[in-house]
Amino acid sequence: MKALVAVKRVVDYNVKVRVKADGSGVDIGNVKMSMNPFDEIAVEEAVCLKEAGKISEIVAVSLGEKKCEDVLRTALAMGADRAIHVETDAELDSRAVSKILQKMVQNEQPQIIVLGKQAIDDDANQTAQRLAALLNAPQATFASKVELGADEVVVTREIDGGLETLALKLPAVISTDLRLNEPRFVKLPNLMAAKKKPLEKQTIEDLGVDISGSLKTVSVAEPKARQAGVKVANVSELIEKLAAAKAI
Amino acid sequence: MTVLIVAEHDGAQLGVATLNAIAAAQKLGDVHVLVAGAGCLNVAEQVSKINGVAKVLHADAAHFAELLAEEIAPLVVSLAVPYSHLVAAASAFGKNIMPRVAALLDCSQVSDLTEIVDGKTFVRPIYAGNAFTTVQSDEPKLVLTIRASAFPAAVAGSLNAPIEAVAATPAQNLSRFVGRELTVSDRPELTQARVVVSGGRALGSAEQFNALLTPLADALGAAIGASRAAVDAEYAPNDAQVGQTGKIVAPELYFAIGISGAIQHVAGMQDSKIIVAINKDPDAQIFNVADFGMVGDLFEIVPELTEKLKSI
Repeated sequence: MKALVAVKRVVDYNVKVRVKADGSGVDIGNVKMSMNPFDEIAVEEAVCLKEAGKISEIVAVSLGEKKCEDVLRTALAMGADRAIHVETDAELDSRAVSKILQKMVQNEQPQIIVLGKQAIDDDANQTAQRLAALLNAPQATFASKVELGADEVVVTREIDGGLETLALKLPAVISTDLRLNEPRFVKLPNLMAAKKKPLEKQTIEDLGVDISGSLKTVSVAEPKARQAGVKVANVSELIEKLAAAKAI
Repeated sequence: MTVLIVAEHDGAQLGVATLNAIAAAQKLGDVHVLVAGAGCLNVAEQVSKINGVAKVLHADAAHFAELLAEEIAPLVVSLAVPYSHLVAAASAFGKNIMPRVAALLDCSQVSDLTEIVDGKTFVRPIYAGNAFTTVQSDEPKLVLTIRASAFPAAVAGSLNAPIEAVAATPAQNLSRFVGRELTVSDRPELTQARVVVSGGRALGSAEQFNALLTPLADALGAAIGASRAAVDAEYAPNDAQVGQTGKIVAPELYFAIGISGAIQHVAGMQDSKIIVAINKDPDAQIFNVADFGMVGDLFEIVPELTEKLKSI
C-alpha cells in the first residue's frame, strides 16, 4: 500500500513575524524557515505505518518555490522513499493546492493521504478537506490516532468536546493533530542518505491544473496592541484591581 | 443576499458557537439555518425562535445522525443555489465540514474570520494572530467560517421563523461512525465562559493542576483551560487546550497561571478583556500581554487568591 504525504515550507514556529510597513504582507525575507510542524507529524505517521509493515512506499510532495526542496529532503531523511516537487513561484491558496494534489493523487494512486491539519502561516485548515472532496474520498481531520487495516482505516479525531472515532474506506485523507505522534529527530547520516533518494520535479503546467480564482489580499495589518499592564505586589492588591475593573 | 448557516448540534441542543455565526451573518443578508440530523426537529424548533433567523431548513435522515462531513457536505451543496454565502462557526465541526463544501462548489473559503467588512471583504488572522489580513473576492458564492469569540451571540426572541423540510441527499457511505468519548464537565463551556482559569507546565503534575485550579475556578465560576505543555504532560484533557491549534477564547477575565506565554498560546487568548498572569519568572513573555501581572510562587499565590475570593 502506498502513502502520499504533503509538506509545506513555512516560517519557523518560533519566529514572531513582522508586518511590512506598506501593509502588503508579512516580512519573511530573512527569517528561519522549516517544515510546517503538523506536516512533520504527517511524515512521522507515514514512516511509523511503514515500519509496522502496513505500507510499502511513502511519497512526499511539496508545492512552491525552489527552496521547498529543503523540506522534501527532511521528509526523505525522516523515512520517505521519494519526493515530488511542484516548483512554482505562484501564490497558492488551499483551493489551488488541493487541485494540484488531486492530480498528483490520480497519478500516484496512494491508498492513504496524510496532511497536516493546518499550516501555521495561513492558518486556513482547508487543504485536506478540499482534497478529500475533490477525490470523493472520506476524510478524518484532526487525527490523534490512526489504525490502518487492509481496506479501511480507523481514526480517532480531536473534537471540541473530546474524541470521536471513525472508520474510513480506503483510499482516505487524514489530517494530523499535534497529539498524533512525536516526530523523530533527523540524524546527519540519514540527511546525507536522503540526498541520494529520488526527488522529481513537476510543474503545474505538466499536471494541467487550472489554479485561477484565489482570494485577493487587500492588506495585512498588525494586530491591535494590548496596553501595557501593571505588576501587582500581592494578592490583596490583585483583588482590589480586579474589583475596580468590575471583573470580579 | 441570503446566507445559509450550517447549524452544529448534538441532537438535543444547538451548539453555542452557531449563535455567534447567526449574529455575524446578519450583516450579510437574510439568514437561513440548516438543521440536519436524525430526529432533530426539536433543534430546528430551538433555532426558529432565535432572533435574526428568517427560515429554518430541516433535513432528517439516519445517515445525517453523526453529522459526518461526507454526508453533510453534499446536502449543503444541494441547497446552495439561492445563497451568496455558506457559513458555519469555526469550531471543530465547521472546520471539518465547510472546506469540503467549498471544494464541491469550487469556490473560495475565508477561514476563521474576525470581521465582515462587506459581502466580499473579510478580515482574518494569520501567523497565529500576529497579523490580520483583509481578503476580497468577487466570486458569486463564498464559504465562510466565523470565529465565535469575535462576534456577539444571537438570542431567542418572540417570533418563530418557519421550518421547511428539505429532501435528504443519498447516503455516501464513505465513512462510518464508531464512537465518541466526551469530557464530562459541569463547568461553563471553555469558549463561552465569562472567566477562564488556565494552567501551564509549572503546575508540575495533574494532581497539583487539579488541586490548585479547580477551587479557583469554582470560586470564580470559571472554565478551566491549559497550555499545550500542560496538555502534552497530561495535566489536562486535549480539549482544554487554548491556543493557535486549540480553542480560541475571549473571556472577560483570563488567568494564565504558570504559563510562559508562547506565541501559540497567546494566539488563543489575546482578545480576552482582562488578562492576569501569575508566574515566577519576571521576564516571562506572558507579562507583555497581561493587564495585571504577579511575580511569585503560584503554589502560594493561587491558594491565597482562592481563599480571598471565597470571602468576598
